[in-house]
Amino acid sequence: MSAYSVTEPTRSSKWFAGLLVVAYTIITLLPLVWIIATGFKSGPDSISYPPKVVFEPSLEGYVNLFTTRTRIASDDFAALPPPETWYDQIVRDTGMVIAGQSRFGERFMNSVIIGFGSTFLSIFLGTLAAYAFSRFKVPLKDDLLFFILSTRMMPPIAVAIPIYLMYRELGLSDTHLGMILLYTAVNISLAVWLLKGFIDEIPREYEEAALIDGYTRFQAFRKVVLPQAATGIASTAIFCLIFAWNEYAFAVLLTSGNAQTAPPFIPTIIGVGGQDWPAVAAGATLFLLPVMIFTILLRKHLLRGITFGAVRK
Amino acid sequence: MAEIIIRNLRKEFGAFTAVQGSSFTIKDGEFFMLLGPSGCGKTTTLRMIAGLELPTSGEILIDGEDVSQKPASQRDIAMVFQMFALYPHMNVRKNISYPLVSQGMPKAQVQAKVAEVARILGIADILDKPVGGLSGGDRQRVALGRAIVRSPKAFMMDEPLGALDAEFREHMAEELRALHDRMKATTVYVTHDQLEAMQMGDKIVVMNHGVVEQFGTPQDIYDHPATLFVADFIGSPSMNFLRFEGSAPAGATSVQLGDTAMALPELQEAATGKLVLGVRPEHVALTDASPYRGRVEATEYLGTTQIVTLSTPHGQIKARTPAAQIATPGETVGLTLNARTLSLFDDTTGCAIRTAANAGVQHG
Repeated sequence: MSAYSVTEPTRSSKWFAGLLVVAYTIITLLPLVWIIATGFKSGPDSISYPPKVVFEPSLEGYVNLFTTRTRIASDDFAALPPPETWYDQIVRDTGMVIAGQSRFGERFMNSVIIGFGSTFLSIFLGTLAAYAFSRFKVPLKDDLLFFILSTRMMPPIAVAIPIYLMYRELGLSDTHLGMILLYTAVNISLAVWLLKGFIDEIPREYEEAALIDGYTRFQAFRKVVLPQAATGIASTAIFCLIFAWNEYAFAVLLTSGNAQTAPPFIPTIIGVGGQDWPAVAAGATLFLLPVMIFTILLRKHLLRGITFGAVRK
Repeated sequence: MAEIIIRNLRKEFGAFTAVQGSSFTIKDGEFFMLLGPSGCGKTTTLRMIAGLELPTSGEILIDGEDVSQKPASQRDIAMVFQMFALYPHMNVRKNISYPLVSQGMPKAQVQAKVAEVARILGIADILDKPVGGLSGGDRQRVALGRAIVRSPKAFMMDEPLGALDAEFREHMAEELRALHDRMKATTVYVTHDQLEAMQMGDKIVVMNHGVVEQFGTPQDIYDHPATLFVADFIGSPSMNFLRFEGSAPAGATSVQLGDTAMALPELQEAATGKLVLGVRPEHVALTDASPYRGRVEATEYLGTTQIVTLSTPHGQIKARTPAAQIATPGETVGLTLNARTLSLFDDTTGCAIRTAANAGVQHG
């Protein structure tokens, strides 16, 4: 017999909570599962109605994502030597041949460079600025902080036209540097505010102890403050990366041939005879991976980061 | 080790003056207490000596060298913080060795030093533990270890026992004092606890509102407080004040308290106007014969002694008497004040009148 307890949940409430979590998980994950599944469907399966839940898996989408294909005359097709590789085979099965490489890999690398580059820069500058705001007497500190925050008070795309014109004049259009600077500019206010909160919570005594132990201010910052701000830096980095990684509007507007990122590229994947849904889904799946991996790597920190302040150390 | 001289040290934060012109000398090897209520400027003074705050004006001489405008890292001073400030991302060994690493000491030597300090403090067995799980006492020892490992010129301690529970505090206070006696290191210790200051200090500076009220040995400060504030702040229960109006010329050996002539140490300056006669509770005796009378209001039994609260024509006073002496509330008794121990204050300035007893005592 178990005694009634105020703090321990009862059996039925545990069940109920469990069911809620499971239901919520299914609802949230369903679109993700659908995208991943579609990536492994064949073209006809992906648009069949009613939708196929059970299907024969195929790598067609992934092959199409990385290649361009062409249809050739049936006589020539028959005269071709047997396919050399498994992906040649897959393309042949759809009655086409590989014409060349698609630009997905290049676009994906652009996303990696611009996304991680701007995240790094935002965190680097944001940490220094946040530390200064947190620890030093900065003249007009509150006004400056408000000013920094105010850059987020309108949707960034509202200034798209001026930025477009400026970038054209400065030669920053369609360059990696231009996109890194742009995303950094958008992210840095978030970074400064979030990081300042985290650094404020680190007792000054730690640095003071280091200062007295013979370290310079910068050494104390690097060896004592940074390790303790790791949680805040990690969660801020995730927020910054997610924004830069997913950004679509500026990418469409400012990039085309050279520095185009994956988000504007993926919807333009068009197969012969219409939208190539398996390839689009495959692209979306691959596009999700870096953010997911990054988040999983920093998960431990993120969890503490988002509950920060709610639970005192 | 070093002598520290503070001259006219002043610190302003905007319009607020935290420390106004302090001057005192900390002798080599002294255990020096900065005592005062919160907000009195004692911590600011300590932080200025350590180099964590720069003074607005004044001099800080460590071993004859003016360091008042030098950064903390160049002063060769160690500090123990109230919350210990152990680096949470390092284990005990790394915490203790951190100051040595900053000096670029060879690894083998660092290991030897850390081992020695760990032995002195009795923490050799926890060297490889993370600091997070340590008990308060062990944290305290690690913080001390980090301070002494470097053999600095002086130690600064900012209420290092403040975070410990009462029982352990006592023990740590003894340990600290024993450590000091062994190392003979100049130590500046901030506390608001007068008992701690009396118990551990060689010298005490009592501060209030940024002003040094008195500077001297615990005995001097207890027996001959320089101001009403010090008299009230030190001792538990604190000194009794009998307020009266009167005058006495220099050389007088008594003052007229109502109808009674109260003997006291020979005055070395004239006193006139609103005066306060100060007497410690243990120097008040209940004697039937005495002409000065008071009515017993209440008694508090403390084991060996009791505190008797009495009302007199000049205000309420407390007497510490043997527990066996019977004092019944409501009864009127005679009060004898031990003449040699009395202090006389000017109520307007708050300062003690110079007498034969307190002549050598230093005012702030």
